[in-house]
Amino acid sequence: MSVPLATKGLAAATPSFQIANAWHVVPWALALVFYFTAGGYLSLGTHVLIMILFTLSLDLALGVAGIITLGHAAFFGFGAYAAGILAARLSNDPLLGLAVATLLTGLFGALVGMLILHTAGVTLMMLTLAISALLAEFANQAHWLTGGDDGLQVGRMAPLFGLFRFDLWGHTAYLYALAVLFLWSLAAWRIMRSPFGRSLDGIRQNPRRMRAIGTPVWRRLVVAYGLSAAMAGTAGALEAQTTRAVGLGALGVLASGTVLVMLILGGTRRTYGAFVGATVYVVVQDVAAQIDPFRWMFVVGILLVAVVLFLENGLMGLPEAARRVLRGSRSRSGGR
Amino acid sequence: MLDVTILLDGLAYGMVLFIISVGLTVTMGLMRIVNLAHGAFAMIGGYFATMLLGAGLPFFAAALLAAVAVGIVGAAVELTIYRPLYRKGELAQALMTFGLTFVVIAALTTVFGTGIKPLPIPPALNGVIDIGFRTYPTYRLFLVAVGLVLALLLWLLIDRTSFGARLRAAVDNPRMARAVGIDVNLLFTVTFAGGCALAAFGSVIGAALLPLEPYYALRYLVLFLVIVGVGGIGNFKGSFVAAILLGIIDTGGKFLLPQASAYLFYGAVIILLLLCPHGLLPAKSAA
Repeated sequence: MSVPLATKGLAAATPSFQIANAWHVVPWALALVFYFTAGGYLSLGTHVLIMILFTLSLDLALGVAGIITLGHAAFFGFGAYAAGILAARLSNDPLLGLAVATLLTGLFGALVGMLILHTAGVTLMMLTLAISALLAEFANQAHWLTGGDDGLQVGRMAPLFGLFRFDLWGHTAYLYALAVLFLWSLAAWRIMRSPFGRSLDGIRQNPRRMRAIGTPVWRRLVVAYGLSAAMAGTAGALEAQTTRAVGLGALGVLASGTVLVMLILGGTRRTYGAFVGATVYVVVQDVAAQIDPFRWMFVVGILLVAVVLFLENGLMGLPEAARRVLRGSRSRSGGR
Repeated sequence: MLDVTILLDGLAYGMVLFIISVGLTVTMGLMRIVNLAHGAFAMIGGYFATMLLGAGLPFFAAALLAAVAVGIVGAAVELTIYRPLYRKGELAQALMTFGLTFVVIAALTTVFGTGIKPLPIPPALNGVIDIGFRTYPTYRLFLVAVGLVLALLLWLLIDRTSFGARLRAAVDNPRMARAVGIDVNLLFTVTFAGGCALAAFGSVIGAALLPLEPYYALRYLVLFLVIVGVGGIGNFKGSFVAAILLGIIDTGGKFLLPQASAYLFYGAVIILLLLCPHGLLPAKSAA
């Protein structure tokens, strides 16, 4: 019996693709089905994909590493402006722009992280707020570079791989965003299950104990923050390239709040929490804005309050909560 | 004489910031709650006051009435919404109060519209006063005076009364305070209501400096939080120092280096927070 046990242990330690994991195909298949059936909603779909990536980046920083940040839009905006400025001034190759924007944002994130991750709690929240405000102010003032409050117009991107033109209906943009999201979520999935990801888990739960067993807490947090920033930067760059415009709103407090809402709505530290949260949020916002553009804040606010009060694990926690209710209070808290 | 004007303008601005954010420092220090809805309470007060002014009430009556009304709202909200939050984590608190802010903004824009709400200062404060070597707007001197009087009253309340002693005890060690028979729950409600009332009052009298607009609750929230953080959470003297310091830095920056004023402000905030992560006056006590 020892052999199967050992294999089982191994399978648990290294992520492998088993039949039981086959349902992972479902969200991606749905995204492809949407591509063929969306019609005029394709650009909204692209926006959803970008927001999913942005939310996923926050999940890495906040959900996994426990860095409570109120200014994550700084990195989304940084990536968007980097890609936009690059396209306007140097090269309009989409992949080059995406890579450079991701790298720059990652470096910027790591730099900011080195500066602020000595602190924790409310001080850290305020530092993240102040840094995003500082960046927003820079984007506002540096008119020569960013277009200030007029926004930055980004020219048409060169065809992807020199083959696929970015068409008016957003077909290329959608598939481009989907492919990038797929690669990043694969990377995120792998990171969260690596020893590095496990140590972030530990740091979130008890930084002092992790330090006591010899984990370089600050360094791990800086790396996680940089990775998360890079991911957010990719999302911003995608947004700039597909909408061909960058506005100051990409950097604002509201954008930081929005991404928090998406993450919490879906549920933190769940493979598809970001997917569900961002999709529901963007769709609800779209519908509410069609009713009355100024009421959507009300809906979002109520959603936020309701999730905190009634759905501590987000929408992804619903099935578990329902199961627990059905089984009575015999709750098995499986590692969570 | 330009320098004195900058100092006085900064002082007036700092006083408004102090009046609004002093409630926040006490709620965050006493209740250990991340309260992102503080700007929303200030905003409710400001909008309510514009309604009262529209109904023909004099300015000061409107300001006081708005403060009382928001104090009552604050007490009700503390009892119903904040109570269950104390036991939750920082993240849940931040999200919940953030959501509350959204709801307030949406409700106020539904009732009052989405433009900037003018809140005219009374004619008695509209002129200028001769302060010896030059003339200076009465309104700003009035703000400085009100801020100083309120700071003095708060100091007396917190340092010299039994209520203040119980408050300080609850901030320092809530469990011990409960153990010696202090009704910490009641203290929470009263303090929260008082902080909300002060925020409403500050937003009414400071409306000429921080104009009332739909995103008021979010735009200036950063400012209030920064003052609380730089001053030291739960330390009201710290907030006073931080509000005046940052008020003068911001005003001075706008006068002297208009292009770089925001960098100067947030740069100063970041440096201050990095140098003293627990604030300028980091003592846990409210005094």
